[in-house]
Amino acid sequence: MYLRRKEFIQIGSLATASMMVPKFLKAFEGGVMVPPGNKAVVILQLSGGNDGLNTVIPVRNDLYYKARPKLGIERAKALSLTDDAGLHPALTGFKEIYDEGGLAILNNVGYPNPDRSHFRSMDIWHTASQATEYWTTGWVGRYLDAQCNGCDKPTQAIELDDVLSLSLKGENIKGIAVKDPRRLYGTANEKFFRDVMKNHTDQKGEQPVDYLYKTMAETLSSADYIFKQSRMHPTNATYPNTGLGNSLKTIASLIYSDINTKVYYVSVGSFDTHIAQEGQQQRLFTELNDSVKAFVKDLKVNGRFNDVLLFTFSEFGRRVAQNASNGTDHGTANNMLFISGGLKQKGLINEMPNLADLDEGDLKFKIDFKNAYATVLKKWLNADDKAILMKQYEYLNFI
Amino acid sequence: MSLSNQLKNQHLMWRAGFGPAVEQLPDLTEYTPKQFYKALVKASDKKPDYIDVADDYLKGLVMGIEEAGRQQKKELPQEDRKKIQQKNREGIRNLNMYWMHEMVNSATQLREKMAFFWHGHFACRNLNVFYQQGLLDVIRRNALGNFGTLLKEVSRSAAMLNFLNNQQNRKDHPNENFAREVMELFTMGRGNYTEHDIKEAARAFTGWGANLKGEFIFRRFQHDFGSKTILGRTGNFDGGEVLDILLEQKQTANYITQKIYKFFVNDKPDADKINWLADRVYRNNYEISKLLEDIFTSDWFYDERNIGALIKSPVELLVGIQRMLPMKLENEEALMLLQRILGQLLFYPPNVAGWPGGKTWIDSSSLMMRLRIPMMINDADEMNVRPKDDDDAMMGRTDDGMMNESKKQGSKQNAKEYAGMRRQQINADVDWKLYVKHFESVPREKLGEAISKNLLQVKSRLSMDVIKQYADQTGRENFIKTATMQIMSTPEYQLC
Repeated sequence: MYLRRKEFIQIGSLATASMMVPKFLKAFEGGVMVPPGNKAVVILQLSGGNDGLNTVIPVRNDLYYKARPKLGIERAKALSLTDDAGLHPALTGFKEIYDEGGLAILNNVGYPNPDRSHFRSMDIWHTASQATEYWTTGWVGRYLDAQCNGCDKPTQAIELDDVLSLSLKGENIKGIAVKDPRRLYGTANEKFFRDVMKNHTDQKGEQPVDYLYKTMAETLSSADYIFKQSRMHPTNATYPNTGLGNSLKTIASLIYSDINTKVYYVSVGSFDTHIAQEGQQQRLFTELNDSVKAFVKDLKVNGRFNDVLLFTFSEFGRRVAQNASNGTDHGTANNMLFISGGLKQKGLINEMPNLADLDEGDLKFKIDFKNAYATVLKKWLNADDKAILMKQYEYLNFI
Repeated sequence: MSLSNQLKNQHLMWRAGFGPAVEQLPDLTEYTPKQFYKALVKASDKKPDYIDVADDYLKGLVMGIEEAGRQQKKELPQEDRKKIQQKNREGIRNLNMYWMHEMVNSATQLREKMAFFWHGHFACRNLNVFYQQGLLDVIRRNALGNFGTLLKEVSRSAAMLNFLNNQQNRKDHPNENFAREVMELFTMGRGNYTEHDIKEAARAFTGWGANLKGEFIFRRFQHDFGSKTILGRTGNFDGGEVLDILLEQKQTANYITQKIYKFFVNDKPDADKINWLADRVYRNNYEISKLLEDIFTSDWFYDERNIGALIKSPVELLVGIQRMLPMKLENEEALMLLQRILGQLLFYPPNVAGWPGGKTWIDSSSLMMRLRIPMMINDADEMNVRPKDDDDAMMGRTDDGMMNESKKQGSKQNAKEYAGMRRQQINADVDWKLYVKHFESVPREKLGEAISKNLLQVKSRLSMDVIKQYADQTGRENFIKTATMQIMSTPEYQLC
């Protein structure tokens, strides 16, 4: 253990002069609770626009069944939450988590002047801008800018992917995308890259090339760091062998290590169900359900469920009425699901969507998603949400 | 210390074009930058051909819809709609490849480079290939012409009117999106007009739309003929007059000039230079070629601090490599895939503000991917990275096999599934003849340095020992090839 750390410092010191791992966590033997404050967030992006109405189903609303004669999910099939609401039948694990008080559902989340283009709407969710603004940095990225001044590694936010999302790109600091720590940048040319890096010396006054070298150095040293951390306390729990299952397994292993990561980011999709929605959503929800269920169980066994907050979002919900192809088209407001052992509010924390009051067939949003971001930043990550979101948004009470 | 003509000419070629081509290598030392620029202008003189990639099937279908529309309002069967979507997607892919091919091979470098700038300035996502090729034609035809004409033609294009929701902008139900972006992004820039100006301008654009063929139409009954007050002027303006009012604003010249300066010269703006240029732009009635001449024939453009100061965009990087190393790609999809992974897929800008550029191109994964490209071309590395899905473009499908499987011997076991995606090779066939010949009189011990001078715009602090150590020493030709690939795999090569 000590040797490993030392080895890491040696590799790292090639990169930048100052080189101490911020020690957020001490190494814990399995099962020991970490002190408060060492909290992590797992952001789960449901790409493509998940149909929120068939996720949290208004099982006693005639308007719902009228708008969806084929796609509406019968009350008897839904997993009952309250008299008025049920979960999609594939989400059995979510139902268990709900029963145990680990799930909060926030309905009617959106933003003013909603955009129905996937890319643009995702942009708005990633940057946390208004619909009329075009920002080039993401909200998690700006969290890194604010929190990570002087950090020597971009491992405070990790995306489990090959390509980094706009969400994780700050002005000065960017998160790191890693799909599989074992495979990271181990390319045929890796040794060459390391030698090129070793032979580079910064010159006076920051040149653009120094920025590239800095990124390269951080990448290579982070790659080692993440790989070693992922092997420190690898989870031995069983996860489904799916993309999301493997990603959450990696995340769990990293959570049990003493890596400095505060935000994990992972996407699953595509939920863009214009045609034959039933099968596609069922398939995706099964993957989602099995992976999240395994993750939560794992966290509980290791005593870390209270320290981790997982939440889902999607760039938009879908229209209330089904279309002619047994699918649904792009809509507006949607729900967000929050999962943690440390929730202050549980279950349905606000009212179900009002299907009698629509805007040209679309749900009206009641809660701006930026309120949820502000809450997570302030209350979970203890960060300066106003500086990061560039505006003061009211906090919600679920944490 | 004065800089060599070679370095200055390479600088010019990277900025006013997509980098020097292998055929130009001997010319780089032969001429002055002024002579070089003159030749570039001359080569871009002629009007570009219309790029038409839409296939007959799609054309037939669109005609069919029109016919059906005339007879009665009838919706197209779902199967046809699906087919249209798929054909459009393929069409836009072909448009992308065709245009990139022009960037690589055409002598009209200045025109294509300027069109590439406008492609980001008038950024437009539209899944209709007719509309997209129409807009590209507007941009390529007017790239070096008059900005006012370009602005007006873009504003009347089906692609932009649809993308910015002007089809929904009606007298009794105005939609401000189009007017807002025209003012914020295409002409004046944020903070130089009021919300009231936008509301009034939106009224002037009511009734502007396009038909299925992509032709501009004015819907008289949707137009608001009333009086409007915009930027202090009052009258019964229509859209064209609003554009004229915007062009009359000196701020429009300032905004456009600043953006062009940052794109072509240095992303750290120099206020004095920009003001000087903008004054001239305004006085010259927005003649783009005059602005470019002012920039590329000035002494300050060739200042050391402007050379190698920009980070190549993904398209510039990919095109630049192919200009220096002419290659046949068995697997052309690789170019699409690389554009996606590196964050610049032509015809799919992130939003109407275009690609932000500069440092935003670089993060840990995109940088490492860039550094691996030369080795992929060499088939010494494989593409095992999966781009993010683009739901706008894919309409709920998952990525279908983007790339062909490697056809190399023994690659079967290498073609392992990785996260649902096969590892694949680019299968490029590089024609090295001309390139290798260029270095024939260079003594062996000076080869590394000579190659690096041709490829890099920043003084390399890269030790030649490292390059030599990794290059193939078994023969002169092998050394040239492998050293070239290694130098292209460095951070220095990302700059121009």
